Amino acid sequence: MNRVKRTLAPYLLVLPGGLWLLLFFVVPMVTMFSLSLQQGDIVNGYVFTGHWQTYVDAITNYQTQLIRSLVYGLITTVALVVMSFPVAYWIAFYGGKRKSTYLFLILLPFFVSFVLRTISWRQILTDDGMLLHPLKEAGLLSPGFHILGTSYAVIFGLIYNFLPFMVLPIYVALERIDPRVVEAARDLYAKPLTVFRKVVFPLALPGVFAGVLMTFVPASSDYVNSGVLGSSSTTMIGQVVQAQALANSNYPMASALSFFLMAVLLTGVFIYARVLGTEDVMNAAAR
Amino acid sequence: MTTHTLERPTAAPAARRKARLTGERAMFLYTWLIIAWLVVPILIMIAFGFNDPKGRYNQTWQGFTLKWYKDVFAISDLTSALVISLVIAVVSSLLAGALGTGIGYALGRYRFRGADGLNLIMFATMSSPELIMGISLLTLFVSAGIGLGATTITIAHVMFSISFVSTVVRARVITLDRSIEEAAADLGAGPWTTFWKVTFPIILPAVFSGVMLAFALSIDDFVVTNFTAGTTVTFPLWIWGATRVGLPPQVNVMGTLIFAAGILIAVITNLRSRSKTKKA
Repeated sequence: MNRVKRTLAPYLLVLPGGLWLLLFFVVPMVTMFSLSLQQGDIVNGYVFTGHWQTYVDAITNYQTQLIRSLVYGLITTVALVVMSFPVAYWIAFYGGKRKSTYLFLILLPFFVSFVLRTISWRQILTDDGMLLHPLKEAGLLSPGFHILGTSYAVIFGLIYNFLPFMVLPIYVALERIDPRVVEAARDLYAKPLTVFRKVVFPLALPGVFAGVLMTFVPASSDYVNSGVLGSSSTTMIGQVVQAQALANSNYPMASALSFFLMAVLLTGVFIYARVLGTEDVMNAAAR
Repeated sequence: MTTHTLERPTAAPAARRKARLTGERAMFLYTWLIIAWLVVPILIMIAFGFNDPKGRYNQTWQGFTLKWYKDVFAISDLTSALVISLVIAVVSSLLAGALGTGIGYALGRYRFRGADGLNLIMFATMSSPELIMGISLLTLFVSAGIGLGATTITIAHVMFSISFVSTVVRARVITLDRSIEEAAADLGAGPWTTFWKVTFPIILPAVFSGVMLAFALSIDDFVVTNFTAGTTVTFPLWIWGATRVGLPPQVNVMGTLIFAAGILIAVITNLRSRSKTKKA
């Protein structure tokens, strides 16, 4: 009796949460894929017709926004790796007793709503706002100069909002490095750059991978930054999907675009994992 | 956790050590520069809660006032949006806490069939773009003819929070010293008593931080909420809707109060855990 209970225990513990994930994560994904191949409308209902044409239309009509989103996501991610590494490195190796304080400061933006933070940047960067107005008055900028509505503003917002997601995983990876390994490399007369290239960076790679995963995917599919800081010439695919789903109620189109985007993003991540060459990377990221 | 420092005297020549110090100083300055950059919009948000704007747009400084703190609840639909956000965050974080703890405990404690599949699904929920989770839930609710509102938002928030809670709890359960539980069993405690009297108090801090994380994820969520809300308006959705017509200073005040409360809770939790580790 007791034995049966014990073997059943994990299943009973997992059942409610597992069912929730199955019903509200797995089933919706299947529904979405199915809906992307259906035809009809919200009033008369949808019929499954295996209509792949929606995908063709989605890609041909919105290729500009698709490519733009991936380019923005890529620029953001590369900039984030370059910008975050020194921060994570300094906290991990020189933070001393204050490490947790520094990490807390990096996480500070998360205590303010994501939408509110982005709007705050819009208030700062707006044409007659507190940054550009004084510079224009002083004649340092031409009166026609503006940042808001440009791709620079959107990428700036993306980098700002996702920076902590890159710093933290790189920090975790660096924190695990035994300083004796670094010392050994120095004792063997490796130059600082060589130590970094051959010892520190390879050991930090799992962290970089996790960071890329946590920033590239959400940055490419974001529509808050491009909506608040951008203009019609910086529209990203997220805005298109949102408009198709919420304004036009064109669910098959929204589903097809979402599914295609997810496929592209996952393929990108998979290739990246392959290029890095190790299964360890994937495992480390999953941990 | 051990703290490492690299500042042990080595046989490095003086010039090299000097170069290393310059590099260290540069990185120190750079780190603080990044932190300052991260804080800029927060300071602006706080400052403009004290601004006295004449027009609709609260973006140039026009004088100090405390009236928005007095009238913080003057905009009734903004207040109700905040209340809805808080209720959804409480309900969904408690639900996700309960469901996620079950999964986290099972994954940390037992080996069972299906654990790998469950891990994969959890990893997928944590790394899927919110946009796609939002759209897929919308298509499910629309196909099933379920009306959108506070319930569907809560369902969605529980879904994306479960994996975070599980991960936090699992990490704690893995490091659990099994001999304490065995000692309880030897002293005649049944599995049920052992769990509630011994195991649960030990993993409680992890459960608590999981619930806090779920609360934070819920109250801040915009994307998934946007797709599952229907006509229900939460705090982030209200702000989003008001961007085009100009934000009232009350939003800055509420943002500041939420910020202050979050910092306070984080600092208290940190101090408590620190004094506990000192005692131990």
